[in-house]
Amino acid sequence: MENLISVKNLYLGYDNADVIKNLSFEFYDGEFLCIVGANGAGKSTLIKGILGFIKPSKGKITFNNLKQSNIGYIPQDTSVNKMFPASVLEIVMSGTLNRNGFGSFYSSEQKEIAVNSLKRLKIERLKDKSFSDLSGGERQKVLIARALSATTKLLILDEPSNNLDQKSRLELYDILRDINEKDKISIMMITHDLDHKNLVGNNILSINEGQYFYGSTEEYVKEIHHE
Amino acid sequence: MSNLIEMFSYTFMFRALVVGCLISLCASLVGASLVLRGNSMIGDGLSHVAFASVSVATVLGFAPIEFSIPIVIIVSFLILKFNGSGKLSGDSMIAIMSASSLAIGTFLISIVDGVNIDLNSYLFGSILSLDKMDVIFSIILSIVIILLYAITYNKIFAITFDEKFAKSIGINVDLYNMIFAMLCSVIVVLGMRLVGSLLISSLIIFPTLSSIQLCKKFKSVIIVSVLISLIAFVSGLILSYNISSPTGATIVIINLGIFILSYIFGKLKKND
Repeated sequence: MENLISVKNLYLGYDNADVIKNLSFEFYDGEFLCIVGANGAGKSTLIKGILGFIKPSKGKITFNNLKQSNIGYIPQDTSVNKMFPASVLEIVMSGTLNRNGFGSFYSSEQKEIAVNSLKRLKIERLKDKSFSDLSGGERQKVLIARALSATTKLLILDEPSNNLDQKSRLELYDILRDINEKDKISIMMITHDLDHKNLVGNNILSINEGQYFYGSTEEYVKEIHHE
Repeated sequence: MSNLIEMFSYTFMFRALVVGCLISLCASLVGASLVLRGNSMIGDGLSHVAFASVSVATVLGFAPIEFSIPIVIIVSFLILKFNGSGKLSGDSMIAIMSASSLAIGTFLISIVDGVNIDLNSYLFGSILSLDKMDVIFSIILSIVIILLYAITYNKIFAITFDEKFAKSIGINVDLYNMIFAMLCSVIVVLGMRLVGSLLISSLIIFPTLSSIQLCKKFKSVIIVSVLISLIAFVSGLILSYNISSPTGATIVIINLGIFILSYIFGKLKKND
């Protein structure tokens, strides 16, 4: 398998204080990686580095066969105003904006991509509904559909299961697993859900006070039990 | 009808109509993004800064509007820079700028001898103060804003809805924020002549606040807020002429009335 992202001796942080120190790992095409760790460990900082929001103070993040702007990002749901007056279609279409330059109209290709993303998540019936009228689980699906409209390669999710009840959470994991397996889209997901049954990825990156574990989910579960 | 024809046969009224409609249109377009991103108070802060810079310009003998536009733009960039960073949050910065600017403006005007400035016309606006340059400025500003909206509408939507996502797909969010701050500054300075520095921010926020009570799609919010803004301005101008009330205050009161009606209508619609 070829790698999509290569992280080498990475130092990353804010105001000259690095939160991530000397991290190296390879992220492969087709991989489903869960990033776990305590609050403030640097999980979101790493994601911001990969998305180009902050620059490494040392080390490198390199992309192979992937443009940074073609990553489908799903921020924490707190970053979105739940009462925002917009239709589901308006939101999902905005995911295709990495494909065009200027213009106030979307091309028919962009519309098709957005509608396909809605169909993929089985929420086409919601397309004319207002975002503010949706349930938490539906809102999350809309944000995933928007991210899917932006990428054919990689989804990055920042704690997507926060504020979801157990039923919606399991449904979300099923959707992500399905997208990863059937659409061959790689997934990198920050999660706080450490219930072994809910560690849906095939690999885990654990960040803990400058100590890193990177390996398969099975290895990680064994290591936790061993401790 | 003959009353209306007579009214707009006066040059100052016709100028007020043209400048007011254009500024109301621009203010409501820029306002939609500001309000929906929780930055409603920026216009208010900048209007106070505009008042202070007009006072400084008068004391130094410069042309008030030409002097104020760059000053207000610089301050708007400073507010953007501090927004969400360090111990000074964006709203604290706006509060500091607002209060101190108003104080500096009033202080300067009162202590410097021989300054001839009509304080009321800058605080509460005066349609008599509009000149040919204001008309030209407003036309240029409107063309710039409408073109910018037409060209970048989808990106403005993406940034307004979710700045982080917009950034992740390669939209230059910082550049758009700077352009918005700049446009907001120009609207504030030009609108200050019309409705006054204390009331100009209401032209920016009220139409959007009213339209989001009624609309559930972003495109509808923009269209309805432009319509509300124009209706409030034109009816306020006509009413103020006929009952001899201050134009700025009349427009804001009409905007408030529209907001209250929209709020009630929105609630009733939701309960249906």
